[in-house]
Amino acid sequence: MTNHWVDIKNADLVLVMGGNAAEAHPCGFKWAIEAKKDRKAKLVTVDPRFTRSAAVSDYYAPLRAGSDIAFLGGVIHYLLANDKIHHDYVKHYSNAAFLINPGFKFEDGLFSGYNAEKRNYDKATWSYQLDKDGFAMVDESLQDPNCVFQLLKKHYSRYTPELVNKVTGTPKEQFLKVCEYIADTAAPDKTMTILYALGWTQHSKGSQNIRTMAIIQTLLGNMGMAGGGINALRGHANVQGITDMCTFGANLPGYLTCPTDADPDRKTYLEKRTPKPLRPGQMNFPQNYPKWFTSLCKAWYGNAATKENDFCYDWLPKLAGAQDTLAMFDRMHQGKMNGFVCQGFNPLASVSNKKKVGDALAKLKYLVVIDPLVTDTSEFWKPHGEFNEADPAKIATEVFRLPSTLFAEQTGSYTNSGRVIQWHWKAADGPGESRDDIDIVAGLFLKLKAMYAKDGGKFPDAIMGLTWAYRQPARPSPEELLQEISGKALGDVFDPKDATKVIVPAGQQIAGFAQLRDDGSTSCGNWIYGGCWSQAGNLTARRDNSDPSGLGQTLNWGFAWPANRRIIYNRASCDLSGKPWDPKRAVLRWTGTAWGGNDIPDMRPDAAPDQNVMPFIMTPEGVARLFAPGMAEGPFPEHYEPFETPLEKNPFSPNNPKTLSNPAARVYKADMEVFGKAKDFPYVCTTYRLVEHYHFWTKHSKLNAITQPEQFVEIGEELAKEKGIANGDKVKVRSNRGFIKAVAVVTKRIPTLMIDGRKTHTVGIPIHWGFKGLTKPGFITNTLTPYVGDANSQTPEYKAFLVNIEKA
Amino acid sequence: MALQSLDIARRSATTTPAPGARQTTEVAKLIDVSTCIGCKACQVACMEWNDLRDEVGNCVGVYDNPADLTDKTWTVMRFAEVEQGGRLEWLIRKDGCMHCADPGCLKACPAPGAIIQYANGIVDFHQENCIGCGYCVTGCPFNIPRISKEDSKAYKCSLCSDRVAVGQAPACVKTCPTGAIMFGSKEQMKEHADKRIRDLKSRGFANAGLYDPQGVGGTHVMYVLHHVDKPQLYSDLPKDPAISPLVSLWKGMAKPLASLALGAVALGSLFHYVMKGPNEVSKESEREAEKEESQ
Amino acid sequence: MQVTRRQFFKICSAGLGGSSIAMLGYSPTAALAEVRAFKLAKATETRNMCPYCSVSCGVLIYSTGDKSKNSKADIFHIEGDPDNPVSRGTLCPKGAGLLDMVKSPNRLKYPEVREPGSNEWKRISWDEAIERIAKHMKADRDANFVEKNDAGVTVNRWPTFGFLASSAAGNEAGYLGKKVLRGLGVIGIDTQARI
Repeated sequence: MTNHWVDIKNADLVLVMGGNAAEAHPCGFKWAIEAKKDRKAKLVTVDPRFTRSAAVSDYYAPLRAGSDIAFLGGVIHYLLANDKIHHDYVKHYSNAAFLINPGFKFEDGLFSGYNAEKRNYDKATWSYQLDKDGFAMVDESLQDPNCVFQLLKKHYSRYTPELVNKVTGTPKEQFLKVCEYIADTAAPDKTMTILYALGWTQHSKGSQNIRTMAIIQTLLGNMGMAGGGINALRGHANVQGITDMCTFGANLPGYLTCPTDADPDRKTYLEKRTPKPLRPGQMNFPQNYPKWFTSLCKAWYGNAATKENDFCYDWLPKLAGAQDTLAMFDRMHQGKMNGFVCQGFNPLASVSNKKKVGDALAKLKYLVVIDPLVTDTSEFWKPHGEFNEADPAKIATEVFRLPSTLFAEQTGSYTNSGRVIQWHWKAADGPGESRDDIDIVAGLFLKLKAMYAKDGGKFPDAIMGLTWAYRQPARPSPEELLQEISGKALGDVFDPKDATKVIVPAGQQIAGFAQLRDDGSTSCGNWIYGGCWSQAGNLTARRDNSDPSGLGQTLNWGFAWPANRRIIYNRASCDLSGKPWDPKRAVLRWTGTAWGGNDIPDMRPDAAPDQNVMPFIMTPEGVARLFAPGMAEGPFPEHYEPFETPLEKNPFSPNNPKTLSNPAARVYKADMEVFGKAKDFPYVCTTYRLVEHYHFWTKHSKLNAITQPEQFVEIGEELAKEKGIANGDKVKVRSNRGFIKAVAVVTKRIPTLMIDGRKTHTVGIPIHWGFKGLTKPGFITNTLTPYVGDANSQTPEYKAFLVNIEKA
Repeated sequence: MALQSLDIARRSATTTPAPGARQTTEVAKLIDVSTCIGCKACQVACMEWNDLRDEVGNCVGVYDNPADLTDKTWTVMRFAEVEQGGRLEWLIRKDGCMHCADPGCLKACPAPGAIIQYANGIVDFHQENCIGCGYCVTGCPFNIPRISKEDSKAYKCSLCSDRVAVGQAPACVKTCPTGAIMFGSKEQMKEHADKRIRDLKSRGFANAGLYDPQGVGGTHVMYVLHHVDKPQLYSDLPKDPAISPLVSLWKGMAKPLASLALGAVALGSLFHYVMKGPNEVSKESEREAEKEESQ
Repeated sequence: MQVTRRQFFKICSAGLGGSSIAMLGYSPTAALAEVRAFKLAKATETRNMCPYCSVSCGVLIYSTGDKSKNSKADIFHIEGDPDNPVSRGTLCPKGAGLLDMVKSPNRLKYPEVREPGSNEWKRISWDEAIERIAKHMKADRDANFVEKNDAGVTVNRWPTFGFLASSAAGNEAGYLGKKVLRGLGVIGIDTQARI
């Protein structure tokens, strides 16, 4: 979230799309209800189903699963055609005025530079025109045909209400009504907040769904405002924190990127990652990358990391190709992996195409499951009737199951979706011999270290040299670890403006990432968490919930990254002169000498407005990107069909067979072959969560099992009639990858839509069941889902695929 | 002060007058159906707090689970999909004891002290005094109490009288994610309801209103409904609930008649109870009575 | 209002039952009405957080005992923390049911192994589990570790091992896991963030 949970109450319009906040985040959703109650805000839901969010909305519009870019592209068209944008904001705070390389083209659904064989783009033409000093050129009149604003207008002129209706199935008047609600927030003192979640990410163009909304929020001037922003409602209680720690192959903590084979040394690595400003006078905050990276190397390799040895740069493994879940299971399926650990993760249930995942696990030599519960994955080898057909005799994988503890039995910090890091305390010991995740990882590592010390082996340097100054080596305390994450001075840290002045004496915790250095004098395990455990102590444990501004900022509750800032890009909540666009909801203002107000300024505190330092400090251009060249499938989002689609042609590029689905998405050959076709699988299927359950976890909790005991499938009344299915009947749902059986729930809440002139039915399937649990045993829903991910994030396309359904 | 025995307003089958000197505030729970998302947090919190675990049932083609109130399920969400003026509405109502000011269950109850009405308005069942006759079921205009098959006692929502007694809100209220369930003095709740109703009217729900049925003297659980003119839309919430004629009759006419003229039968009836147990006859006759009533 | 014969019988017997029982000595004094005792009065309260979704609601965990040496804390109730500025004491059905997650009969209690081809779990000690897993890992790592790529660039990676990290673990556990994995040269790492 660029904003935070409580801030939702400051919105004038709450749009729920690409998610179902009432169902998946009920306690955060209360702030949408508060906005309605106290601000007279409007709540609008757009979803393939009439959800629990829709039940309390002022307005609901349906759309076909997988057609969000068509819908939102239509909104962009509406805003531009009806001149419903925040002009000053767009002109100054976005790259609308920037001139683009004249070689940039868009034709027939493809942008310039496409390579069909590799399914990717050469992005050379997706670039700014630069002047002789290397700065981007702009046309402040926004009239140049190559300026971003004109290109944007041209691109979305094709997204007419008629075409939107044809692709999304949203009745035209309902689509236009939603456009009106959104357009109202173009006024400088009105804001819309968007609450989305996996309903946008879990598509083969998930990242672009969100990009489209980012464009809308920028056009409306809603970024940085109280009650505005782009708000991803994330998964687990600490999914934000684990993302920040970057437990991904491609990243290092704090969203630093992992070195690759193309970065043979530290110098090359840093040069590529330390951008130069693209406009004069901008903060270009990523210029500090070397400080963050060096401090991480010092945190991990301590005294071994010196200037002379490039701070042990070579000790970091270099990335080799994609390392996301789909990529790993594909490699496993090919027999290229030997060992695998699932920590609090149940991939047999949660990854698409269960059969592929099960077959892959059977090819491992060893599998280690660290979990508080009996997961389905841990028993992938065990027959559980038709829910899991397996032959243990033929599966040679050695499987270990290690009991870990739960939240109630742990002390430590979680980071919520609003980036607030909060400390919690242990209430009791875990059952039996269960152990904390920290202790399990430490135990394994120390055992391996002892083995390498005794017997030697491949490249023991990084194992032997890894810092491990924990007072109880087998049980590092959460306190020690958070201090390491937050960072400290190893030597005296001096004031950059006065080299004689020590700002942090050696040995002290740093107060924030601005104190990090690239000379080895500081260590910091995760720069964005810098200062969360300062010399003043553990700021994540602060519990003062006072809210003097009434905006819900609670600056003394926990610690929000970065720098305890609650609303990111908050400089954009003021006009060029530093006055709030909406004085009634002032987040920040220029006081005459500094930025101040109700948040930590997202701006150099003394940057006077006349210095023209723009609010989007993490981009080298200082402004928000309407045109974003970093995306895999194009700088402007374009509608592509899901990989399994009821349509034969993409109505936005009907003459190009290459652009039916995302032309830049990675698809493995064997997976491409098991995509189903509409003639065999005529119904659009979407999978989702229910409020009563949390993924594949609460099926082990009796209270939750009581409230939603048995697997079901939802269909509309019309489809039920066509298929002779009555409410409560047992049905069989098939995709080209397998089948499940479940109880039918026939409902008015799943509308039948007219798509491209044809009646299109939707089948909805909640995901929560499996063969282990206190609920009635059920099928793994992901038996059905396709094995293809978003081109940028590789999040699987769980939300839109094809099935058939019949009475079981 | 805490609500202990002395704060009792009425007690089933008891002629001793209740002490009335102390004045305690009347409480109420307000359920704003227009902001309820039907998440069942109230159901879970209720079971958790009251140490109840019902059976893990089945999906019967709707979201309602458990499918009905039981001795171990004191509140359920009832889901209704209705079309109003071409617009789909998913009306979700939390069902459970209404804590009537004039409680039919208490009036019908023959077991002394099995049903108590506290001065704050809570109507509570005391299972240790319950004889399991099931008359409370007949007496209830909302079809709430349930008789346990295991111990033949009647159970229902206590409005968390144990929490309220120490100054806390009921478990369902505290947990409600969207604030659709509120708790406070009945006066405060009516004020809050007013505000909600004005908001709903401004959003086009011309018939929004408060459900606080006077047929039972008003209730200590009230609803804000978008369509107060049609409570039946909300999974058959009764339009004008009143205590069953059976109970009214007993109160008005049959009691003196029975006490004075049918003393012998009374003795017989008690012997019947002592010898045969409470259930068989009463359940059967109750079903008969219901059938006749519905005809 | 019509009263049928059967109803009349029922009315009488109901009334009689009531008044008779009272008159015959089952008096109100034997039927005191106290509310159920408030069960949290002296319980230990611990501040924690719901582990499910990213609202990360504050919870109060109630356990038996007062942390004195001889009493073993047993969690018996969990409800919302009213101080948490986001959740303000509320919990959804998942959070409200946390007690049954903590107390789930499906909690794992000791390490187990399923040997290749076997049809059952076997209980083992922690020492044995860690030893056997570490042996697997070391053999795998030593056999498949890549120090330099074909172009001679130092890459120091272990490509045949993967790790899915929990998003329900705390920041500290996540960080330590990441640090250890990179120390071992692991590149195959992912988390629920993507799923």
